[in-house]
Amino acid sequence: MARIEAEVGKPQGGFMKWIDDRFPFTETLKYHATEYYASKNFNWWYVFGVLAFVVLAIQLVTGIFLTMNYKPAAAEAFASVEYIMRDVEWGWLIRYMHSTGASFFFIVVYLHMFRAMLYGSYKKPRELIWIIGMLIFFVLMAEGFAGYLLPWGQMSYWGAQVIISLFGAIPGIGEGLVEIIRGDYSISDITLNRFFALHVVVLPLSLIGLVFVHIVALHEVGSNNPDGVELKEHKGPDGVPLDGIAFHPYHTSKDLVAIIIFLMIFSAVVFFAPDMGGYFLEHANFEPANLTATPEHIAPVWYFTPFYAILRAVPDKLWGFILFVLAVLLPVFLPWLDRARVKSIRYRGWIYKSALGIFVVTFLALGWLGTQPAENIYVLAARIFSVLYFAFFLLMPYYTTIDKTKPVPDRVVYHG
Amino acid sequence: MDPAEIDPGNISSLQRGAANFMNYCSGCHSAQYVRFNTIGKYLELSEEQLVDNLMFNADKTFETIKTSMPARDAARWYGTPPPDLSLMARAKGADYVYNFLRGFYLDPDSPTGVDNVVLPGTSMPHVLWELQGYQNAIFSEHTVDGVTSQELEGFEHVTTGTLDAEDYDEFVRDTVNFLAYIAEPIRSDRRKLGVWVLMYLIVFWIIALMLKKQIWKDVK
Repeated sequence: MARIEAEVGKPQGGFMKWIDDRFPFTETLKYHATEYYASKNFNWWYVFGVLAFVVLAIQLVTGIFLTMNYKPAAAEAFASVEYIMRDVEWGWLIRYMHSTGASFFFIVVYLHMFRAMLYGSYKKPRELIWIIGMLIFFVLMAEGFAGYLLPWGQMSYWGAQVIISLFGAIPGIGEGLVEIIRGDYSISDITLNRFFALHVVVLPLSLIGLVFVHIVALHEVGSNNPDGVELKEHKGPDGVPLDGIAFHPYHTSKDLVAIIIFLMIFSAVVFFAPDMGGYFLEHANFEPANLTATPEHIAPVWYFTPFYAILRAVPDKLWGFILFVLAVLLPVFLPWLDRARVKSIRYRGWIYKSALGIFVVTFLALGWLGTQPAENIYVLAARIFSVLYFAFFLLMPYYTTIDKTKPVPDRVVYHG
Repeated sequence: MDPAEIDPGNISSLQRGAANFMNYCSGCHSAQYVRFNTIGKYLELSEEQLVDNLMFNADKTFETIKTSMPARDAARWYGTPPPDLSLMARAKGADYVYNFLRGFYLDPDSPTGVDNVVLPGTSMPHVLWELQGYQNAIFSEHTVDGVTSQELEGFEHVTTGTLDAEDYDEFVRDTVNFLAYIAEPIRSDRRKLGVWVLMYLIVFWIIALMLKKQIWKDVK
């Protein structure tokens, strides 16, 4: 080889070899794409991970362009958003993509999490993937919350006022903590400025880091599948799982189809209904923040309302806050709360199927109740659904133990 | 509330609305995010038409709609400065504004002599009285569980204005149409573009679907 090289006068292998000798480019590509094997029987529930990645990209890119024209100051923020909407070339499109993207991020992530609950993707050996995923969800909530203050509208201001004041319920340190978060005695220019820093630097960086770790952990263990069968237990002589197909080009080509369908729905909202009837962009947020006029009805954006409904269902401020935090944290423990021997809903008994069905109804009902005023029958309904929400998690060790499961097949079920 | 039934595609309605706004609203209310040249382009008005018919207190067409009333005086006179109207139709909805402008009624207890059925206690006087005339509101009282509430039954004219009821509604409708337009000037553009984007995505989707089928042919 060395002789030939000398004869030709240049090293063999070309540009890629030059790179690969210095950076594991081809190796990384193989490990994560062309030789990463995932089950061939993925159904459409399995596209939401990729879609979350797409939304993240949309948010990062549109977010960068928004920061070029946005002014993080109480006196200028609202006007600068209108400046983006009216005077910046294509500013309206960038802004609507970003505001719609925020809501779609949560839609996609909620469905992604529900997929994990359908097929037991959080169960051994994927507990850590689930926990990292939950951390991503927490950061995403913080990111959405910080971002919502930035337009400095009435709902931005009063929504933040309500949520931040919750921390005041913590005995002893509450008031001090609230002051630290706000950086002031009330929500002010200072709060807006620091929320901007969190929204565009700290939280997106954490998000990117956590997403990276989430995928590394996933590719170490391997993806679950709708049958909850471990692919790695049946490998061919070449070491490739028998039921696995390469992420690229198989799953990527399938994901592309899903991505375009997603973009169609996303575009339909961006171009035809960017307010989504007041759910994605709340009507009151088209009025600039007014420190002296509290809106009649303060509701956080829809993606926080299930938890907000639980908070309001409790008559006591401190206990409301505790249950609110608990409701957000509880899913972290799913890998240990779920005692079923099978992963997938396909082989579970009627008890878990019913429990999950009730949970879905509960979550949607709480979400709707959180957008309504806390009056009469709504409070009672929120209490009933709050109990159901906690029952789903806290009773899980019991009902998943007694639930009669069906035998799991050896290999995945695939009908071509 | 009666539906406003505005027609955003009706340019002449928008032109009349713009004239109404500049003649009756802009004395006290600004629309500080709205530029004259933006309006001119969409409402098919030449620079000359803008200058002659709409720009009473502005020199250049790129200027925004400001009010001549000093904010400090306004706050002193009305208790609160009249709100900017750039986004009012989006914040409150077109129906709200439509019913507000039709909802003034005589109230001897109010400093302005009128109150409003949509926004009780408003400090805004009935600016359009010349056109609509003055009216009384007829309320009926209901007592449910010991709580008495008033429900609007209708209006009765006390003095007639220069417009009859139907023409006045039309006047308000044009004005609200204009307010809805300035609340989101890009609205019609985004809808037009949206159709193209969706058509492109459908074509792209078909190609992606064929690609997927081709690649998956050997998966058994």
